[in-house]
Amino acid sequence: MAINRRAFLKGMAADGAAGAAAVVTIGATGEAVAGGGFQRTPFEMPADAVGLLYDSTLCIGCRACQAACKEANGMAAEVPTPYQDWNEGLWDSPTDLSGDTLTVIQVYQDGNMAVKDRAEDGYAFMKRQCMHCTDASCVSVCPVTAMTKDPVTGVVIHHEDRCIGCRYCVLSCPFGVPRYQYDDPFGAITKCQLCTNVPDQEYSACAMVCPTGATLYGRVDDLKAEARLRLAKDPGAEHAYPRGRIGGDNEPNVAPIPVYQDDFYGDNILGGTQCLTLAGVPYDRLGLPLEAPDFSYATLTEGIQHTLYRYMILPAVVLGGLVTLAWRNSRRHKPEDWD
Amino acid sequence: MTARHAPLGGRFISLPVVIMALFAMVAGFYLYHRFVYGLGSVTNLSDGYPWGIWIAIDLVVGTALGCAGYVMALMVYILNKGEYHPLVRPAILASLFGYGLGGIAVMIDLGRYWQGYNMMLPWLTNVNSVMLETALCIAAYITVLMIEFSPVFLERLGMTRVREKLNRFLFIIIALGVLLPTMHQSSMGTILVVLGHQLSPLWQTPLLPLFFLISALFMGFAIVIFEAVMSSVGFRRPLEGEVLGKLTGIMAWVMLGYLVLRFLDVVYRGSFGLAFDGSTQAIMFWLENLTAVIAVALVLPKANRFKPHLMFVCACMILVSGTIYRVNCYLVGYDPGDGFLYFPTVGEIMVTLGIFSLEILLYIAFVKNLPILHTPQSAYEEEHPHPAEASGSATGSAGTARPA
Amino acid sequence: MVGAATRPDPRPAESPDEFGDLDGYVGALGGLTRRDFLKFCTGIAATLGLSPAFGVTIANAATSPRRPPVIWISAQECTGCTESLLRAYHPTIESLILDHISLDYHEVLCAGAGHQAEEFKHRSMEENWGQYVMVVDGSIPTRDGGIYCKIAGETVLDIARHTAEGAAAVIAIGSCAAWGGIPASDPNPTDARPASDIITDKPVVNIPGCPPNPYNFLATVLHFLTFNELPGLDEKNRPRFAYGRLIHENCERRPHFDAGRFAREFGDPGHRQGWCLYQLGCKGPETYANCPAIGFNDVGESAWPVGIGAPCFGCTEQGIGFTKSLHSLSSVQSLTPPTAFPRIVETSDTGITPAAAALAAGIGGAAIGAGAVLASRLAKHAPAEGEGPGNEGRREDR
Repeated sequence: MAINRRAFLKGMAADGAAGAAAVVTIGATGEAVAGGGFQRTPFEMPADAVGLLYDSTLCIGCRACQAACKEANGMAAEVPTPYQDWNEGLWDSPTDLSGDTLTVIQVYQDGNMAVKDRAEDGYAFMKRQCMHCTDASCVSVCPVTAMTKDPVTGVVIHHEDRCIGCRYCVLSCPFGVPRYQYDDPFGAITKCQLCTNVPDQEYSACAMVCPTGATLYGRVDDLKAEARLRLAKDPGAEHAYPRGRIGGDNEPNVAPIPVYQDDFYGDNILGGTQCLTLAGVPYDRLGLPLEAPDFSYATLTEGIQHTLYRYMILPAVVLGGLVTLAWRNSRRHKPEDWD
Repeated sequence: MTARHAPLGGRFISLPVVIMALFAMVAGFYLYHRFVYGLGSVTNLSDGYPWGIWIAIDLVVGTALGCAGYVMALMVYILNKGEYHPLVRPAILASLFGYGLGGIAVMIDLGRYWQGYNMMLPWLTNVNSVMLETALCIAAYITVLMIEFSPVFLERLGMTRVREKLNRFLFIIIALGVLLPTMHQSSMGTILVVLGHQLSPLWQTPLLPLFFLISALFMGFAIVIFEAVMSSVGFRRPLEGEVLGKLTGIMAWVMLGYLVLRFLDVVYRGSFGLAFDGSTQAIMFWLENLTAVIAVALVLPKANRFKPHLMFVCACMILVSGTIYRVNCYLVGYDPGDGFLYFPTVGEIMVTLGIFSLEILLYIAFVKNLPILHTPQSAYEEEHPHPAEASGSATGSAGTARPA
Repeated sequence: MVGAATRPDPRPAESPDEFGDLDGYVGALGGLTRRDFLKFCTGIAATLGLSPAFGVTIANAATSPRRPPVIWISAQECTGCTESLLRAYHPTIESLILDHISLDYHEVLCAGAGHQAEEFKHRSMEENWGQYVMVVDGSIPTRDGGIYCKIAGETVLDIARHTAEGAAAVIAIGSCAAWGGIPASDPNPTDARPASDIITDKPVVNIPGCPPNPYNFLATVLHFLTFNELPGLDEKNRPRFAYGRLIHENCERRPHFDAGRFAREFGDPGHRQGWCLYQLGCKGPETYANCPAIGFNDVGESAWPVGIGAPCFGCTEQGIGFTKSLHSLSSVQSLTPPTAFPRIVETSDTGITPAAAALAAGIGGAAIGAGAVLASRLAKHAPAEGEGPGNEGRREDR
């Protein structure tokens, strides 16, 4: 009388192989997931990709980068609510990346904060900006290709004229970088584009003004070599830290090598980033995810998506089955039974 | 055919209708603010939680509630279970409103809505974007729903010839009406896979698309049952008890299968320990799943499925469970790791409430004026006030729709 | 330190009546009026970070008839410290050495010369053995027995050791005496050492600087005279009142640092606009001194190197001045980062508002309530009978 599971399945079987059309998708997903073969091949970094190397141990927290970034990108000063009683807007003091702040210096603090670049009872600076992932989630998820990756420089560029403001990029970024201007009725998504959006800007303004070379611009390969050089030297040894850009005219900053973490951040994690970080404290304390795989999460979604929708074969097959069934069933009924 | 589907008629204005209209107007006030002063003036949205309840509830839960049409089409037209036919029209109407208003919620939530048409421009297509696939699917499905629903208007307007022409290719539309929700409901889960570690392992799994698809199914069943019970109570109509009882059984089995898979997945990925750490996420995990377990346990004895109140409670609990699951996936389980907090503002809640109110208002207006609800016998109410008898009759009547 | 019966009570005078016989020392005030002198003493109290009431106590100490003898030993030095001291105006050097202290021996300022001066020194030391203040100016060479600096046929090394034996307090003035300074710079041909390396049995108060601000020296001396003990010292034996804070923390150009506005080369627009000199090699961020607070030469504010556009070179800091290269960047020694820096994780304030929580709870409660009422009605009655709660429940639940 009542339909039970048995009857439900029997009913489907009776309607033939195509009768299971509705569950084909289910099965395919499960299979693909179980097989693990659904992951999309990770992207390679372009050969001439550019990026930044941020060395937290060199950073003195002067926020020259922050000021220069605001100036280069023509963004408004920002005074968070807690500061508004004493800061009347003369002093730009963002606490986080936002629709009006593309880079910000934050500080890690622990205990009595006595020593710089020490995890316990110490402090360390951290510069936040777009990491320009090799395999960027924001580029993968954007429904209107408003986020694109430059094929030559690898810079992740945002096209405001395409953006529909769905904020999926904001949601999906593992570093929390793209930001939306919520207080503007015609708000836009903003993010660092390594100053490629600024006319007549030779290279990133933040690196250009950094007095210590904590923020260094260059080809990612060069930056990685520089990072490895620093890591290879013994703590205390003199090192000529390039300032501005690698291979530029600036005098290097000669200073001793500090105690670094074992490796720089951004080589492979989450598919690799073009903006690298060096620090003396564990990277997760600086807000960089450490518990993350060596591939971009976008390879998973795209893998699932392209397994299910490759050349639209599966949906076409399912649709074919459904149409057949609906047609067959409709033949069994009078037209009046149909809506 | 008009004998089977008839407008309810009667007065439209009643106290609940007035209250709901008020809710819709309050929502309108907040929407004015949203469009004049920006999203930030009304919502608690932040860069940590760029999607709030307008997405998580209005769209993601709203479309799941709109899966009534999906499951009924699947049951009746694909699996050829003709006895459920009386439930199809109201289900498709509910779907139309669920999806239509979900779509409107998205347009409200879009930061740059005036460029929304960019989704349709082929040269801006990103084939990798799950969201694009979902959005286009939903847009297509709304169109399909409108075509599926059009016979009602054609009937009302007496355009028989058009109706006959439509009937000839309606089976294609119906097939699409099953394919499209299968695609986008699962994709709503795929959307979250890219969040990676930002979504708690209690919810983050490559099986998200599967879970979202199944949850669309059981929520679809549940909303059909819920709506049938509500219509019968609200419009003083007989309950199609027998049919709904069977449906409750199917729903319970689907739910059970889902639960088994869900727990196996969490345990298999080694994340089950997180469910016992006492956090908000753990509490919400148990709230989500225990509701479902109780709902299934409630109707496991066959006799219980045909008791209207247990059937109703079971459907409600499954709706609650599915709602919590989707909200958990989109909000509770999501931690951007940057100290962000989110709880909807009064404005957001009122807009959501307003949208759902509007949906119900439209539903009432439609069923009172268009041939949607199934009326086996016109003088039925006076003769058979008891639901048990009523359901018997209803089944008998619907049974004639099946081929002998 | 050393008991001196003639010293006044080192507590602040409670009323003007407790002044010593100031007016009896008109001559002793070196031409100052009583009023000006009290102003000077109050100024010294302020330099020391004391209450202005201590000015009277200081005045009493300074005009005490028994002026403390000071023996000033000059080693490998440039006389810059003395020159700097000569340019102090409150008090002027002559009032200091004639009225406040008894400068019994100072190679530059001695009235006598040669044997006469040496003899006076020896006599003074004998008479005041255990009570005089010894000041060392310049670094002391130690290579080859210290033969590279001799006075009156005696090595400064021996002079310093001997003089220190009878000193009540030892003050090393200038960076050379405090850390070794220029003579001790690499390759340090004379193996020059700071005073504290030679005099190890007594605390040596370091007043580093090249030259040090004279008021830091004067305030230290007068503190000793007044309270009969040395001012509070830091771990490098510098008076804490003068060397307790980073230059960077009191620098008038600090706002430019905080805003990232740096002069990048001498004479560039940033330099001309008075921006931060950090990138030119300013050592202010790693140098402890009160230069930005008191300035030099009594000509008003900004009369210090950074104030006139020359980066601080860290003269008061061991291992910085004469050691680090002039244009190398300093390592910023802020003890704690400014609180105005945002944390890595700033908890946002967009949480639950009572109204929203109440609304959400109300909707949830209404839904559950309506559902329960409807379910119980369904259990008892025909569904056709329950209209009101039906609509209610549906609205809320969805």
